[in-house]
Amino acid sequence: MDLYAELILEHSKRPHGAGLRDPFDAEVHHVNPTCGDEVTLRLDLDGDTVRDVSYDALGCSISRASASVLHELVVGRSVADGLAVHTAMRAMLTSRGTDPGDEDVLGDGVALAGVSRYPARVKCALLSWMAFTDALGRASVPA
Amino acid sequence: MTLSSTSAPAADTAAEPFTDAEVAAIRADFPILARTVRDGRPLVYLDSGATSQKPRAVLDAERDFYERHNAAVHRGAHQLAEEATDAYEAARAAVAGFVGAPADEVVFTKNATESLNLVAHAFSSATAYRALGTAEADDRFVLRPGDEVVVTEMEHHANLVPWQELCRRTGATLRWLGVTDDGHLDLADLDRVLSPRTRVLATTHVSNVLGTITPVAELAAAAHRVGALFVLDACQSVPHLPVDLPGLGVDLAAFSGHKMLGPSGVGLLWGRAEVLDAMPPFLTGGSMIETVRMEGSTYAPAPQKFEAGVPMAAQAVGLHAAVDHLTALGADGTGMARVEAHERRLVGRLLDALGELPWVRVLGPAGTAERGAVVSFVVDDVHAHDVGQVLDDDGIAVRVGHHCAWPLHRRFGVAATTRVSFGPYNTVGEVDAVVAGLHRVREVFA
Ligand SMILES: Cc1ncc(COP(=O)(O)O)c(C=O)c1O
Repeated sequence: MDLYAELILEHSKRPHGAGLRDPFDAEVHHVNPTCGDEVTLRLDLDGDTVRDVSYDALGCSISRASASVLHELVVGRSVADGLAVHTAMRAMLTSRGTDPGDEDVLGDGVALAGVSRYPARVKCALLSWMAFTDALGRASVPA
Repeated sequence: MTLSSTSAPAADTAAEPFTDAEVAAIRADFPILARTVRDGRPLVYLDSGATSQKPRAVLDAERDFYERHNAAVHRGAHQLAEEATDAYEAARAAVAGFVGAPADEVVFTKNATESLNLVAHAFSSATAYRALGTAEADDRFVLRPGDEVVVTEMEHHANLVPWQELCRRTGATLRWLGVTDDGHLDLADLDRVLSPRTRVLATTHVSNVLGTITPVAELAAAAHRVGALFVLDACQSVPHLPVDLPGLGVDLAAFSGHKMLGPSGVGLLWGRAEVLDAMPPFLTGGSMIETVRMEGSTYAPAPQKFEAGVPMAAQAVGLHAAVDHLTALGADGTGMARVEAHERRLVGRLLDALGELPWVRVLGPAGTAERGAVVSFVVDDVHAHDVGQVLDDDGIAVRVGHHCAWPLHRRFGVAATTRVSFGPYNTVGEVDAVVAGLHRVREVFA
């Protein structure tokens, strides 16, 4: 089935950047109340650059793969780039199968395109991304 | 870890499971079972615990009501109002008869969740009346500081959150009975948790996750010994077993029409007449009053006291058809006994098959005699969402997640489970299909 592309299974079994690391500027905890999936995510910023995103994701293969893809796509990039990737990811995931995703922007993330045809699973794929944008909001609060 | 099952029927079920021909005839009454899903696969519906499918007789009854008798129930004196009121009250009598109760002990609500909230609010309203001296209140419903409300760790959120909220409104303390590793209520807790401070004990009859049938008579007796009321969540029992609510010794019970072949939008609260009479109203307004003056109002006797506003007449009429349908599934009123026997056989077959799979862990009692019509399990290293998705790809509809019983899942150390639940229309072949589907799950994620 198209939902479980080889790449997704690969990311879910060997997630990139998994685990919680120090130091960090913000830590958030998000849950998906319909299924009980949880992610704890830490964000470490270096000025305007995302130095690290570390996380502990408890959930289905889709949510774990999505967290792995997130790590791959945003670490080492600017905050603005990270937000742009989030926007593209969200657009693809909520497109009900009409937006295949741009590989130049979403990298391995385009393998998650199949999720958009299963509305019940979109939240799984978005969980870590919502945690990421939430953490960005908190970390950027002026001291 | 695996659990094996004993497929012996409960000692008190003499009824036979449905034959293949009978199941085929039953299925023919459910139009939705003929459809296909996910690119032409036949629908294998194993999610009746969430909501059952509806036979044509229920759909026809609702349509007939709207086409021929529709009017606002209990309002107006024209012929249609009379017919609509008669149909609505006939539905009440039929549903009451289905659970062994007199008609005026059954209250129509939106669903079981509303029924349980109605009961929880009776306590806080009575408590407020007493504190403020604004109305009379029955002692049994008045909570004082130090009073306790007792539930169990296996409750659906619908029989937990309303009690938590009641405690927040009144300052009462919530306590609960634990669950043993094999999925039973920990009755050793009973004497420790129940005390003269206990004012209400609320438990489920059949767990919507573990399938466990709880010892209701024993629990009700224990509650009554300490002077507490006993509230039963009968959502997963009434649709699947013959249930005589007054005979169980409980005071109040809630269940939902949509889980017993009836329409959505209609639920039930049964209460002993004397208990209902002692309870303050919940929703208030039209239809539930006796007299109304600007200074204040008096209320109609139960059940009308609890049915404010124009009720869900068509849904009640549909539910009437549903209970008739269930009763007629066996000769001479043995319908529910045969439903129970049939579903128990399916549960036994599934437990036996899952017991052969070392990578599947079943939650709940090992034997079918202590179980209702649900089986929940975890597949090693595969999240329930992923299990459900692969099954869905085969056209098999199961429930995945915490099934509105998050604390129970936490108790068993799992975030989510996959739940198979049965209705009268399920077949042995469908049990085999889900087992084959699980092998495919393993292939995808191994
Ligand atoms: C045991 C149990 N209690 C309560 C409920 C709540 O029923 P409803 O959602 O129809 O109010 C359900 C089903 O969802 C249930 O299985």
